[in-house]
Amino acid sequence: MRHLPLSLATMGLALALTPAMAVTARAEAPVTTFTLDNGMQVLVIEDHRAPVVEHMVWYKAGSADETPGVSGVAHFLEHLLFKGTKTLEPGEFSKVVAQNGGTDNAFTSLDQTVYHQRVAADRLELMMKMESDRMVNLQLDEADILTERDVIIEERNMRTENDPGALFREQAMAAQYLNHPYGTPVIGWRHEMEQLDLDAALSYYQQFYAPNDAVLIVAGDVEPDRVLALAKDYYEPLPANPELEVRDRPAEPRQTAERRLTFRDARVSTPYVMRTYLAPERDPGAQEKAAALTILAEVLGGGQTSVLNQKLQFGLKKAVYASAFYNGTSLDDTTFGLVVVPAPGVSLDEAEREMDAAIAQFITDGVDAAQLERIKFQVKASQIYAQDDVSQLARRYGDALTSGLTVEDVKAWPDVLQAVTGEDVIAAAKEVLDRNQAVTGYLMPAEEVTQ
Amino acid sequence: MIRRFIMACGLVLGGTLAAHAEIEIQQVQSPGGFDAWLVEDHQIPFVALELRFKGGGSLDLDGKRGATNLMTGLLEEGAGELDAQGFAAAKEAIAADIGYRLTDDTLGISARFLTETQEEAVALIRASIVEPSFDEESVERVRQQVLSGLRSDATDPDEIVSRAFDKAVYGDHPYGSSYQGTIESVGALSRDDVVQAWKNAIAQDRVVVSAAGDITADELGKVMDRLLSDLPETGAPQPDRVEVQTTAGVTVVPFATPQSVAIFGHHGMKRNDPDFFAAYVLNTIFGEGGFESRLMNEVREKRGLTYGVYSALVPKDHAELVIGRVASANDRIAEAISVIREEWAKVASEGVTQEELDQAKTYLTGAYPLRFDGNAPIAKILAGMQMDDLDPDYIKTRNTNIEAVTLEDIRRVAAELMKPDELVFVVVGQPEGLDAATMGQ
Repeated sequence: MRHLPLSLATMGLALALTPAMAVTARAEAPVTTFTLDNGMQVLVIEDHRAPVVEHMVWYKAGSADETPGVSGVAHFLEHLLFKGTKTLEPGEFSKVVAQNGGTDNAFTSLDQTVYHQRVAADRLELMMKMESDRMVNLQLDEADILTERDVIIEERNMRTENDPGALFREQAMAAQYLNHPYGTPVIGWRHEMEQLDLDAALSYYQQFYAPNDAVLIVAGDVEPDRVLALAKDYYEPLPANPELEVRDRPAEPRQTAERRLTFRDARVSTPYVMRTYLAPERDPGAQEKAAALTILAEVLGGGQTSVLNQKLQFGLKKAVYASAFYNGTSLDDTTFGLVVVPAPGVSLDEAEREMDAAIAQFITDGVDAAQLERIKFQVKASQIYAQDDVSQLARRYGDALTSGLTVEDVKAWPDVLQAVTGEDVIAAAKEVLDRNQAVTGYLMPAEEVTQ
Repeated sequence: MIRRFIMACGLVLGGTLAAHAEIEIQQVQSPGGFDAWLVEDHQIPFVALELRFKGGGSLDLDGKRGATNLMTGLLEEGAGELDAQGFAAAKEAIAADIGYRLTDDTLGISARFLTETQEEAVALIRASIVEPSFDEESVERVRQQVLSGLRSDATDPDEIVSRAFDKAVYGDHPYGSSYQGTIESVGALSRDDVVQAWKNAIAQDRVVVSAAGDITADELGKVMDRLLSDLPETGAPQPDRVEVQTTAGVTVVPFATPQSVAIFGHHGMKRNDPDFFAAYVLNTIFGEGGFESRLMNEVREKRGLTYGVYSALVPKDHAELVIGRVASANDRIAEAISVIREEWAKVASEGVTQEELDQAKTYLTGAYPLRFDGNAPIAKILAGMQMDDLDPDYIKTRNTNIEAVTLEDIRRVAAELMKPDELVFVVVGQPEGLDAATMGQ
């Protein structure tokens, strides 16, 4: 049994290993790129096995690009983009997609906002027509705003307020980032969400929704020439925003004190300890350190044979579950995290001490060569498996291209991962796993634990 | 943050394939007499393989609730000559994914492995089901993991509500309790109980196999014989049917949390009912068609009472329900429930409009071919079809059957299926303004 039915899955544990590229055993999955005259990037990923296409527009703007004081507005606007344009009624966008046998949705993250539809390949033009329309022609009224604001507050209730683990992780992120906007939750702080208005939404829209701030990705049963021709018809006539600024966000100051927090809630019945360290992300042309951290997360917490599970779960029997997580695809400094769920009778203090002892021992011992070899073989295999899911591949490209990376970086990533040595992993561990650059959090029940 | 609520419990009609699918299902019989469905595709050098054993968590013996679940968790924790970490290392070394999953009706194994390591992958899967170790140390370790999960569930509103709802509608039948067991029952399970659960659940008389990808029919036949020949011929008898009977009402499970979560529903329709297509189209219009559904439109789009609301047909092997779910702040859940009740009664008495029916048909028939765009989804669909006793030809007739549903069919089926006087709501939270009975956890 590898996974505990804890709500830890939402922490991005599955992201520990995301080799972002498709090299087939026979031939590379064809990826073609263009840039339109107005600056919009276009990426086509071909997969002709089924008559399906995924049409996605990725904006290089997420919650971390919001103005202070209106947290949640990026996500709020994402909802409002379904409320109609000069030519589409509220709700008509999704209705038309459904009438054409398709599905559509959207999501907002720290660094990007994404709109996507999945339709039969011969409906691509209609998707481009509607998506290009709402990039510039959004039309909103006050009534739409108020009802939809209630919806996002219910969304926050569901995702965060009803889940003490989510509240705890929100506090930990806020403690991690004193100055950088990653400390503010994507969904928004509740008191600010309650005040979001039309002006805030439209101001974000006008600032960021422009072709020169967007990446179009079309994946599936399409020919690149056809995508380019359609993109020229629908997206190229849209005006670029000349005032688009470089995404230069406030940086974190040097951390000079260890940060610790204890989150207590009556709804907690499985306490755990979580440690997150500020960590470098993948940078264009310089992904080596991020690659070492990606491998480190696998080595430390990637499964039953990982260092933390070997030592804490199987060896000392101090934990029922341990994991490490790192997602290097991020515009600015990201986090490297560890989680330990203690065994019955083991306090969080003790679990934390054993976790630190295991890591110290690991740094002394070095990386097990056989384990490293297994991980690298899995990286290779994941490139083959990735070809089976072109939507997933499209997401990896979209995520990277809106996080400051290039197509070349994405293509190089598997090789960068393969080049990581045991020494690189230890060097990365020594640099990043420093308690004085970290937040350590305990999630606990409301009363004293009497274990 | 995802804008659209992702359905936690959506039902895919039969597990479906495209009307104009370019895939071809081969029905394969192994030399040893095992059957499988296969879609061969040699473009990517890997295989997706599905094994499903009918029975699942509902096979637990009296007083042994959770035994099948604990057993399932232990299948990958040591087998043959490998201990738990040895098994994990062997799997990692060949980059095979082997997942074990239990539901009320099924123990399922989903695997994918590279063509070049097929031999080793099949050996590991075989060892895990034919000669699992169930050593005492692993039993204890996995038991603690299950208990940890159960303790979490006990204070998770989503889990509390589904347990309370199941108890309310299914009573003492296995469906009426969680197949994960309780803290008491799991704590009391012995290694012998685990071994018995394994013998009961994993047997030749209840297995369904499907595969897609880089494997031929001959190879698949050999793989099946290797995997299945040494299993016992028969397992435990399947559980009895349970007839669901409810009376309209609201039950509240008090729990201190800001947002109330409700599950609602009543008796439903069997998967093999001739009216199932009409019911499926009806439910798409009513509550499962994403933003276009009546529930989403009335509860979310018009009133902003929730982030997500849906309904679903749930035909299990031994009972069938139509259910739904909604979550709203404690001071708004009463209004959400009142709107849902009105819509339930309205669709029962009036059916749907021609425009809604036409839109649902274009959606359902158009979305059909989009579902099988990879080996992994195709293998899952083929397994699902077999579990539902569908014929491979279902692929060719499915869209025609959807098209054939008339407005009158929907009206008739809505009147039979949607029963406002049987509609039960179970609510977890601190709801305000609800006229309800309360129920302890």
